[in-house]
Amino acid sequence: MIASAQPSSVANAIQRYGGGVGFLIPILQDIQREYGYLPQPQLKELSRRLGVPLSRVYNVATFYKSFSLQPRGRHLISVCTGTVCHLKGAVKLVEAIRGQLKLPTGETTQDMRFSLETVNCVGACALAPVLVVNGTYYAKAKPGKVADILKAYK
Amino acid sequence: MEPAPATVRNLEALEALQQTLLKNRKLANATIATCCGTGCVAKGAIDVFQALRQEVAKLRSAPVPGRRDVKSVKTLAHTGDSQHTSVSAAKNGRAPVPGTLRVVSKCTGCHGFCEYGPIVVVQPHNFFYTNVKKEDAPEIVAQSALEGKVIERLLYRNPVTRKRATRAEDIPFYQKQRRIVLSHNGVLDATDIRDYIAAGGYRALGKALRQMTPEAIIAEIENSGLRGRGGAGFPTGKKWAACRQARGDRRYVICNGDEGDPGAFMDRSILEGDPHSVLEGMIIGAFAIGASEGYIYVRNEYPLAVERLQTAIAQAKQYGFLGRDIFGSDFSFSIRINRGGGAFVCGESTALTASLEGRPGEPRMKYIRTVESGLWGMPTTLNNVETWANVPRIIHQGAAWYAAIGTAGSKGTKVFSLVGKVNNTGLVEVPMGMSLREIIFDIGGGVQEGRQFKAVQTGGPSGGCIPAAHLDCPVDFDELTKLGSMMGSGGMIVMDEDTCMVEVARYFTHFLAEESCGKCVPCREGLSQMLAILNRITQGQGQPRDLEHLEFLCHLIQNTALCGLGTSACNPVLSTLLYFRDEYRAHVELKKCPAGVCRNLFRYEIDPQRCKGCQRCLKDCAVGAITGKRKMPHVIDQQQCTKCGACFSACRLDAIQKI
Ligand SMILES: Cc1cc2nc3c(=O)[nH]c(=O)nc-3n(C[C@H](O)[C@H](O)[C@H](O)COP(=O)(O)O)c2cc1C
Repeated sequence: MIASAQPSSVANAIQRYGGGVGFLIPILQDIQREYGYLPQPQLKELSRRLGVPLSRVYNVATFYKSFSLQPRGRHLISVCTGTVCHLKGAVKLVEAIRGQLKLPTGETTQDMRFSLETVNCVGACALAPVLVVNGTYYAKAKPGKVADILKAYK
Repeated sequence: MEPAPATVRNLEALEALQQTLLKNRKLANATIATCCGTGCVAKGAIDVFQALRQEVAKLRSAPVPGRRDVKSVKTLAHTGDSQHTSVSAAKNGRAPVPGTLRVVSKCTGCHGFCEYGPIVVVQPHNFFYTNVKKEDAPEIVAQSALEGKVIERLLYRNPVTRKRATRAEDIPFYQKQRRIVLSHNGVLDATDIRDYIAAGGYRALGKALRQMTPEAIIAEIENSGLRGRGGAGFPTGKKWAACRQARGDRRYVICNGDEGDPGAFMDRSILEGDPHSVLEGMIIGAFAIGASEGYIYVRNEYPLAVERLQTAIAQAKQYGFLGRDIFGSDFSFSIRINRGGGAFVCGESTALTASLEGRPGEPRMKYIRTVESGLWGMPTTLNNVETWANVPRIIHQGAAWYAAIGTAGSKGTKVFSLVGKVNNTGLVEVPMGMSLREIIFDIGGGVQEGRQFKAVQTGGPSGGCIPAAHLDCPVDFDELTKLGSMMGSGGMIVMDEDTCMVEVARYFTHFLAEESCGKCVPCREGLSQMLAILNRITQGQGQPRDLEHLEFLCHLIQNTALCGLGTSACNPVLSTLLYFRDEYRAHVELKKCPAGVCRNLFRYEIDPQRCKGCQRCLKDCAVGAITGKRKMPHVIDQQQCTKCGACFSACRLDAIQKI
């Protein structure tokens, strides 16, 4: 193995918070932001560097919904399923997106173009039903609009 | 020229700074404020803001004919990058010449009237523009900012009287509100601490630190009658006093910004629109209980709130409101932001502290109190965002002023997110004690599309559904609890006749079953059993004793679950069983869904008397289940129909019925 002068991204993340197991969650969030998910080698490295059992790292990584242990698609579609979106047709919206992506179950399309998730409430109830793609909000996203919205994301 | 940031060491210095900032702000002949809350941004507010900024910038390079005095312009960049580009007279080091025309364009926090966004307000005339598009920018600058002329077409039009309203105060949505916590939203630039200071910000902190003892601050909060806005309504002063008295080497204050209740976005709007109020409240609280470190726990879904808070914390440090020896006292305090991981249960106080310690968010038994042993086993005060935002106002204006607002047991105002099938979706702040009817019908403008009101759901997944018969109930912690619901954090979801209450109960139970952390058996197993029963009922396989079983499980979980998630999880089911039992019975006994929501329990049919054969529904049907010749009554093939409801919404003659 070639020793690299560059500190690893895990080491960087730990350093950013001044070490300490108390920052496990923010560190994991940073790793996920960098890789799009939590890759196993990085989790192992984190466990070693922080001196906490790997099981503890996985305990946290699997408890919180925002962490993904699987690689995710290039674009993340989040459908809000909060109460108002639910009342205004979020279920039908999810069905329409699944139809459009040919993704009857699971999260990520085979070509890694899209990942689909549902979130509890994005706090934009005036826009219900809301669809968020890579952080851009789409208001009153009716099933009929799905194809048009997703077209822009290659 | 705006003074450079410098540490503020005493109240006199703050006062002087405020006066300078105020004077500078008065130099602006016009201020154009664009709402950059989430709702408006999703509807294109950033484009509007940028177009306005360009128009304002143009004034500098090419003064308007006849107005050659247009010299200085200040624009603030938006949020997405949270950088300020200040192009102003100050740039070339000159103070603005008196009489110079200054136009300022800025972005503010949420106005609350999300239904009509993007919203732009032009000062000093107070013109309130709704549904603004970027194409409107040149006219807004040329007509309204420079000439003081109102643009009729952009004004709100009252749907009943058809009259236009020039200012916010003329709109019924705002008339009955009393904005204390939201008073800065829509007025101040959330990314500029100077706006906050000019509006009197951090004066309460100066007063608390330099003129009051910690005990006096706690007494003031106790006397104000402030109760926690996060759900349980615990008296804030009492909590602080207990925390101050508890033994420990260190103490912590925490701001709960997890806002997990679906349908609630009050805390988000406060964090995004007025972050300094929350910081100021926390600093005062920390001084009162003797804490030197604070945490703000923000929901993962709120990236903009995190960004605004980061900016606010950095600016507060520049002025010495955070850091060492605040206001020249020997009190030091710092704040960190932690993002949540997308778990509802982390809003619960002990789960939240577990999460802050880097552990899964699992609650613990309540006999150990957080005020005595919270974060890292130290005395900890945890309060909700809105609770913290109330603190500087109370310290500044006094307990008596605050206690004069509201009811006997619930003081002050409460911010609600009024959502669902209501005309004026948005954020509203009202004095405690206002009736649900006034909020929903006078402020909210009633139910959408003229449909019939059925219920209002308050308190999030732990709350209940209140039927029309109780619409005159005043909003108050204790009154809502009596009705089997609760105040909760302030979500208020209006439901109309097309809402199936059994399905709503199923939705919340599903939500809570998914979010149960799994630590205690009653919640983990009990909720999934309840969900199985509710799924069965809504699918048309309800069994005769299902309702009894549901009630049994509810009481069991209520009495045995570990944390508030479990003990309150049954409120949606119990309240709907109480007020809408007939609807449950229709599902179980008749296998009918009266509201026409549960797909197996109703069908769409076309009334041949009413159908004029316009073919609207036929075109909208995705599966081709509708047939019929033009100008002849159409028919739905029940085998093919997926009950998507497209035809129902398409028909303009009410010819399609749910049977
Ligand atoms: C399941 C559950 C979720 C909660 N979620 C929140 C929340 O999102 N925000 C909040 O402020 N309080 C929430 N609470 C209430 C907190 O436990 C706590 O009572 C509150 O934050 C205290 O602040 P307050 O006294 O200012 O209201 C939740 C409680 C439970 C049981």
